Amino acid sequence: MELTDAAIVGRARAGDADAFRCLVERHSHSLFRLAFLMTGNRQDAEDVVQESFLRAYRQIGGFDGRASFGTWMHRIAANCSLDMVRARRRRIDCPAPEDPVAELPSTGPTPERIALSAEVRQKVAEAMDDLSPTERTAFVLRHFEGMRMEDVGRVLECQPGAAKHSVFRAVRKLRRALEPLMSVAG
Amino acid sequence: MNHLSEEELILHYYGEEDGTLAAGRHLDECAECRALYGSLQRVLNMVEASSVPEVAPDYGARVWERLERHLPARRRWWRAGPAWRWVAAGAAFAGLLAAAFAAGRFYRRPPAPAVAKADPAAREKILLVAVGDYLERSQLVLIELANANPKTPLDISAERERAGDLVSESRLYRQTAAHTGDSAVASVLDDVDRVLMDIARGPSELSPAELDTVRRRLEAEGILLKIRVLSSTVRNHEGPEAQPAAGQRL
Repeated sequence: MELTDAAIVGRARAGDADAFRCLVERHSHSLFRLAFLMTGNRQDAEDVVQESFLRAYRQIGGFDGRASFGTWMHRIAANCSLDMVRARRRRIDCPAPEDPVAELPSTGPTPERIALSAEVRQKVAEAMDDLSPTERTAFVLRHFEGMRMEDVGRVLECQPGAAKHSVFRAVRKLRRALEPLMSVAG
Repeated sequence: MNHLSEEELILHYYGEEDGTLAAGRHLDECAECRALYGSLQRVLNMVEASSVPEVAPDYGARVWERLERHLPARRRWWRAGPAWRWVAAGAAFAGLLAAAFAAGRFYRRPPAPAVAKADPAAREKILLVAVGDYLERSQLVLIELANANPKTPLDISAERERAGDLVSESRLYRQTAAHTGDSAVASVLDDVDRVLMDIARGPSELSPAELDTVRRRLEAEGILLKIRVLSSTVRNHEGPEAQPAAGQRL
């Protein structure tokens, strides 16, 4: 029978490295997804995953179990991603974000469809890159992770109202950038 | 009829508005708001379709492999009994002495005019190589403190000394970075330097609560992450021709 996260966390808190390994193996994929959506870059996402688990390892003694381990990890990863995006914005020599399109499996049956789909994804990636770190974090947590505004506010360390407004601003920017594509893509 | 605002439509899309039924009823009755809502849905669905690259099924295992190199060995060291701590500390000190002796014996200062005359690109690469090495050593000191989890006060005199050495070293890198206009490098070096300086000037013994404060500060300021980001940038920019000869430092 597979153990629950709560049971494994108990062992990890007692210093069982194998238990922590198990948590890492269970949650790495979903954390990578979150980190990629927030950073838009594979290498950065992998660094965020590693940093998140490092922080979790150090803080697991203070994990009180009120939220699930997965939720707790997602909060840590969201914060790491936010730090990463802010740090990257400060870098002068910022390498261009990785082209997510190049890594995606083809989705359409015809070359035209593939090209269009690729263009749409490229535009989505660019529109996401134009969001501020806070807007992007708020949007990814609400839209992709399905977090309630209160939880988004907790991650961003702001009031739910402020989190809401970050989501509004993000959606407004995305609409402005992507609506012109609708007639082409539709 | 009062139309729904964009904010209300967004909240309705995410099922977060107070009056879900009211908004739903309005959308049933109002073609204009329905059209706006449809447009919003299409944009958000388009974003939803933006995919995340696949990772290998064994990705979690690979993450653990990388993590393990950082974690368990250090944890075991800190958890070891006092006798082993002294043996380890003695070995580390002996290693430092040997390294210092060897460095002093074989150190050759590169002729200053050559550096001054070097083209800016070469100078930047030399800076990056030196900074990469400095960051790695700073990271080791900080990770050791961040991972320490003692129940009693901890003697950090070795880390304190290393932090002091790193602070004196970083001044040159920060000046060079500022001089070459590499403000991103200079900014991270400033952040790291402030933490190292506080450690170097602080007490040689830290209580668990004080260590926790250090740990919280490292996390709050994202110092380890910044180091990792800059190290990764530095690695990407280092060319093989930029590697200094053995024993040669900036």
